[in-house]
Amino acid sequence: VSVESVIFYCVAAAAVITAVLMTLQRNPLMSAICLIANFFCIAALYLILQAQFLAVIQIVVYAGAIMVLVVFVIMLLNLGDEAKLTERLDIRKVAGTTLVFGLLLELLYLVGFADMTPSARGFPLEATDLGTVESIGSAMFTQFLFPFEITSLLLLAAIIGAIILAKKRV
Amino acid sequence: MSVPLYHYLGLSAILFAIGVAGVLTRRNAIVVFMCVELMLNAVNLTLIAYSAHLGNVSGQVMVFFVMAVAAAEAAVGLAIIIALFRNKQTVNIDEINILKW
Repeated sequence: VSVESVIFYCVAAAAVITAVLMTLQRNPLMSAICLIANFFCIAALYLILQAQFLAVIQIVVYAGAIMVLVVFVIMLLNLGDEAKLTERLDIRKVAGTTLVFGLLLELLYLVGFADMTPSARGFPLEATDLGTVESIGSAMFTQFLFPFEITSLLLLAAIIGAIILAKKRV
Repeated sequence: MSVPLYHYLGLSAILFAIGVAGVLTRRNAIVVFMCVELMLNAVNLTLIAYSAHLGNVSGQVMVFFVMAVAAAEAAVGLAIIIALFRNKQTVNIDEINILKW
């Protein structure tokens, strides 16, 4: 058993536990904290998978920017009485859980076919500089230049849309 | 590399299913929103696992675009939640039914 696999299984268990805790927490603020822990676990998995740049971006963008926004909204709305959101065990919850187990079985069944891909012999060892800023940047500004420019348009539309939606009176 | 690819894919499937479970069972709009973020992250993990498996950087660039879309979605989605709360004084998705006819 190598060090890498021990780290992987520990981080994977932590990711699943924090994800389950997030969906079970009554308090939305506790859910947000569990989700931040989950994002850190996923960033650690990115590091194992040689995606250093995206691990940093994951922490900065997700755990930093997006979750700060979510926590800010939770505190702004001041959802004190969670009792009003009655999360009782009704038919929808049972049906939803059943559907999710069906989905999970289906996904795991499909994952069983994943090793039939042509190069299933293992990770290429020479690709140690796979996730550096240099390699991602050169791919993004040559092969993916047009999607990159479209992304800037999307972000502009999101900025304008968010301001108009959250404004008091148009 | 000692961890096989399908373990990453299985972990990603489990995280995605947990996210779906949260979306289907929770009634708080903000928690539903966070569960959608969890599903996006599960898909990102699949993309990066395949990127490392195939030695191709395209999957990582795709994850970068997914993160940009997630940031835009967070800004617009939270603005929608704030606007809804201002009108209805609730974030319970059972009581937000003004689009239902």
